[in-house]
Amino acid sequence: MRAAVLAALLLAAMPAAGAEERRSGFADMSAATQAMQADDAANPGMLWVLDGEGRWSRKAGRTERSCADCHGEAAASMRGVAARYPAIDAERGEAVDLAGRIALCQTRHQEATPAPRESEASLALTAFVAHQSRGLPIAPPDDPRIALLQAEGAALYRMRRGQLNLSCAQCHDDNAGRRLAGSVIPQGHPTGYPLYRLEWQGLGSLQRRLRGCTTGVRAESFAPGSHDAIALEAYLMSRAAGMPVETPAVRP
Amino acid sequence: MPSRRAMLAAAPALLALSATRPASATPATMRDAIAAFLGEGGTLREGRVAIDIPPLVENGNTVPIAITVESPMTPQDHVQRIGVFTERNPLPQVIVAHLGPRAGRAAITTRMRLATSQRIIAIAAMSDGSFWSESTEVVVTLAACVEG
Amino acid sequence: MARVILQVPATAVRGSVIELRALIQHPMETGFRPGSSGEVLPRDIIRRFACAWDGEEVFSAELHPAIAANPYLAFTTIATESGTLTFTWKGDNGFAQTETRRITVTP
Repeated sequence: MRAAVLAALLLAAMPAAGAEERRSGFADMSAATQAMQADDAANPGMLWVLDGEGRWSRKAGRTERSCADCHGEAAASMRGVAARYPAIDAERGEAVDLAGRIALCQTRHQEATPAPRESEASLALTAFVAHQSRGLPIAPPDDPRIALLQAEGAALYRMRRGQLNLSCAQCHDDNAGRRLAGSVIPQGHPTGYPLYRLEWQGLGSLQRRLRGCTTGVRAESFAPGSHDAIALEAYLMSRAAGMPVETPAVRP
Repeated sequence: MPSRRAMLAAAPALLALSATRPASATPATMRDAIAAFLGEGGTLREGRVAIDIPPLVENGNTVPIAITVESPMTPQDHVQRIGVFTERNPLPQVIVAHLGPRAGRAAITTRMRLATSQRIIAIAAMSDGSFWSESTEVVVTLAACVEG
Repeated sequence: MARVILQVPATAVRGSVIELRALIQHPMETGFRPGSSGEVLPRDIIRRFACAWDGEEVFSAELHPAIAANPYLAFTTIATESGTLTFTWKGDNGFAQTETRRITVTP
């Protein structure tokens, strides 16, 4: 696993063709925090992955079916899945993120009431599924509807917002790598969600991280699962395309 | 610019405000906690203990710390307890580990909280009744984007 | 039941020093932190951790609120006989959890 993380680090450190060097937030962390992520017996995010593994094979809903009853071994069936989200839900014809996809699956196939977004149950199952893609490159789907969403997300990313009148790009493109107080401003690649943040003392979603950012610039937050939130995530994932999934990452 | 009189008038209010914040340990309360750890007649010496902790901490919520003690860890000569204390957390105590010759090595690792930059001390209680220690200063950098 | 990740070697050579690592899901609420409503959240921590080899305690620790959430402990012990390692955590509000692992000791 250490080798995979090292490989991930090397990949992240390699300049993308014709683009500036892209860095995972992993590269800017202290050695101590990197070591915490790299070792599965030390990474506290693995506690949620373990929880999710239990939920994967637990029967639920009116159909009394577990995720495993349909999908089998997650190591095979879920490999690479998280790297392709947000993706289009065929039935609705619109994009969903991974947590949204899991909730839809629970509603449709288990006929269960899905756990609310960002609940421990939702985070655990999402982390378990995303973990099956660890080390694989982020690969947004080649779909014109996703391309459209990415363009919308890019516009949101560059839009100044809040009382501080700052866009995402002003920090995470223009000033990435510089310091804000004691911390390095990361490039903002969502490579490791859901991730364990020392600040949170727990596992959290990309939506929660975005909420931290929007609150920071004193702007209204994106409603989790809303069209705008998913558009922004689609753009961030396209921006991070090719970088390896790290779930569950650890960040300060 | 507030007048000096206004500032003076505001001073009791500020004091009242600070009184509602969580208590912080002080060098004195840390000394008391250490005295309790040493027990009657115990004297503290420097040496034989090593603390491995990042000197610059990104987030005080989770700080890896490893403590090792030079000891043969034999039935005749071993570490019995390792205690960690802080000067400026709400409470001075962090952990007291109990070990013995069956540990083979006197080495523990855990993760602690640091409310702010401060001095921490690790003390080893040996089977011969002696106490050895190391202390170190840790700087907690202030994160810019924390959730309120 | 809190989730636990234990690192225990499946086999060890008799007399060798092995490292044991234990990670458990627990908030370690300090008792000093205000909740969203403003009032201080009551303390809820794990107070004691212990590891026994076939019933004989080989390591224990008293934890205080300054131990980080999801407590992590790594320590060592000498491999003696094949047997069962028992890990226990006890804390506020009746928190109690026990996990066991088998270990085979070879000559």
